[in-house]
Amino acid sequence: MSTDHHNSPPKGLMRWVLTTNHKDIGSMYLWLSLIMFLVGGLMAMVIRAELFEPGLQIVDPNFYNQMITMHGLIMVFGAVMPAFTGLANWMLPLMIGAPDMALPRMNNWSFWILPFAFLMLTSTLFMSGGGPNFGWTAYAPLSSTYAPPSTTFFIFAIHMMGISSIMGAINVIATIINMRAPGMTLMKMPLFSWTWLITAYLLLAVMPVLAGAMTMLLMDIHFGTSFFNAGGGGDPVLYQHVFWFFGHPEVYIIILPAFGVISTIIPAFSRKPLFGYSSMVYALASIAFLSFIVWAHHMFTVGMPLVGELFFMYATMVIAVPTGVKVFNWVATMFRGSLTFETPMLFSIAFVVLFTIGGLSGLMLAIAPADFQYHDTYFVVAHFHYVLVPGSVFAIFAATYYWLPKWTGHMYDEALAKVHFWFTFVGINLTFFPMHFLGLAGMPRRIPDYNLQFADFNLIASVGGFLFGITQLLFVFIIIKCIKTGKKAPDSPWEGANGLEWTVPSPAPYHTFSTPPVVK
Amino acid sequence: MRFLQNIKNDTHRSLVKGILIALGMFAFGFALVPIYDVFCKYTGLNGKPDQNPYLYDPDEIEVDLSREVTIQFLATNNVNINWEFRPTLHKVKVNPGNIASLAFYVRNPTNRDMVGQAIPSVSPFEATDFVHKTECFCFLSQPLGAYKEKIMPLKIIIDAELPKRIRTITLSYTLFDITDMETKGTAVRAKLEREGFIQ
Repeated sequence: MSTDHHNSPPKGLMRWVLTTNHKDIGSMYLWLSLIMFLVGGLMAMVIRAELFEPGLQIVDPNFYNQMITMHGLIMVFGAVMPAFTGLANWMLPLMIGAPDMALPRMNNWSFWILPFAFLMLTSTLFMSGGGPNFGWTAYAPLSSTYAPPSTTFFIFAIHMMGISSIMGAINVIATIINMRAPGMTLMKMPLFSWTWLITAYLLLAVMPVLAGAMTMLLMDIHFGTSFFNAGGGGDPVLYQHVFWFFGHPEVYIIILPAFGVISTIIPAFSRKPLFGYSSMVYALASIAFLSFIVWAHHMFTVGMPLVGELFFMYATMVIAVPTGVKVFNWVATMFRGSLTFETPMLFSIAFVVLFTIGGLSGLMLAIAPADFQYHDTYFVVAHFHYVLVPGSVFAIFAATYYWLPKWTGHMYDEALAKVHFWFTFVGINLTFFPMHFLGLAGMPRRIPDYNLQFADFNLIASVGGFLFGITQLLFVFIIIKCIKTGKKAPDSPWEGANGLEWTVPSPAPYHTFSTPPVVK
Repeated sequence: MRFLQNIKNDTHRSLVKGILIALGMFAFGFALVPIYDVFCKYTGLNGKPDQNPYLYDPDEIEVDLSREVTIQFLATNNVNINWEFRPTLHKVKVNPGNIASLAFYVRNPTNRDMVGQAIPSVSPFEATDFVHKTECFCFLSQPLGAYKEKIMPLKIIIDAELPKRIRTITLSYTLFDITDMETKGTAVRAKLEREGFIQ
């Protein structure tokens, strides 16, 4: 490698188009994710506005269906996944002492596919017949026989996102396996790298399966095949099996990196090393393995034999064991630590508490006979929002506040950030906690109208939703304020933080670790 | 420099491995289709009976005269078709091992030529493997001209091995309109043949 590298990036727009620098690409992923988070959030606001009171008042049912579909797709594929890929790009090389990602040009490509994929996906809303309206799971035949013509664009967009994710995953694996600083053995890696290594393998294993399912859909729509068409000898339930074979590991793809972030931040603000590092690694590996053998718990009601129901029920409940190990370790890390409550720590503690609530409602859903009651109700909506929003999204907030000083060289406004935390915390619980009761009382998902008896809880949820939504504009403001006028940050702004990323200056120079550090 | 050269080779190996895993899993996604079918056939799940004619040999079949099984028939139109479709008999009692011959009536009330396909389903699903059909209109797609009607025959043998606790079997047929699929499928096949991809 030549040592006469220019140490500042080239100027102008082409810097961003042509860049192979992991920090540039990481930043672009994070900005894209923030934009998609706001777009998907806007759709959530439309949903909550429609559900504010019973009756149909703001949008027509077909548009409502498009909103729930796009909200799900954009939040999963556009907000959460790119945010974690962005964090991986920015932090992995810094954490393991590598000069860059292993495959920098592929890195550029895997980012630049995404904006076009999402442009194509959102453009379907303006096509004749409207955008996809069958829910983010795209169950056949809703997504084949009864789908709007724009479904082809939806399929192509999903293919592009999948290719981007697969390339990102290969890059992460190649980086972590080959580029660690001398002396950094696998079991000495920061836990965030471990979570991403396992996530990358999950991505590599299941994104191609989703691509397969989407290709079969495409062929059913355009080439006269009958993978999912009973009339031609296929089976719509097959789609659900193939989809959830992807879908369940996908759940862990969007939560494992969050585990890594929380496992980094809690020790820093407890001023103690992480409790039970190796048990954390083994727990991660077992969760990843189990995620492949539980998919049918999403479809208990399709008519499986008793043995199948029991197998998927017990296998699902077993996941609570490694997850319990992780929650125990986070609590044990905080136990008798010298805790301080800066914003990253507040989000992390909220993560532990609220994610556990989401995990427990998941355990309730895992019980097959009970699931026949909960299936397709707001209880499911409450469950997955509790693990996704105070789970993945809180971890992304925590990571942003924790590493912003390293990225920008400036401190964020702690007082405003705490306001952001508390409003978000209250908003989220107001939005999603009542949904547990709505679901238990039998309110079905994905319906724009509801019975009068559900009115009060829906009103509370909508108010909470608007509070949560508006508060995120404050988040954008805090980030911009930090970049523009934040106080100068020291190299290591957090007293208890450990890790190679804090040994480089703030903001991190364009090129770091051109000579690898030595890890003892 | 040596260190960096090694990294480059290792990275290349990781890249190739990653791409191979991804391609393998893409293929696996498609392999799930036959795996699913085999699994359903093996377990009788899904109530999907064998879609091939049962080879009937009167010398080998034992008739169980000690009991009778009731077979009920259901005919349902899928939402995309509006043919008149019903069994000529709604239920029949047979001794396991004896052939039951019956028929379904179908009429195309529309002014266009159509192709229908009936898909059977057996309930309870444990009985699936014991319902044999020597002849069934569901083995083939059923073209029917505008305003035409016809009687479609069906011959069933219930296996004498059928568990004793099952006394009633429901055989349900759902009729699908596959006119477009047939024409689309034929068009695609013709195109592939023209371009030499298939014989």
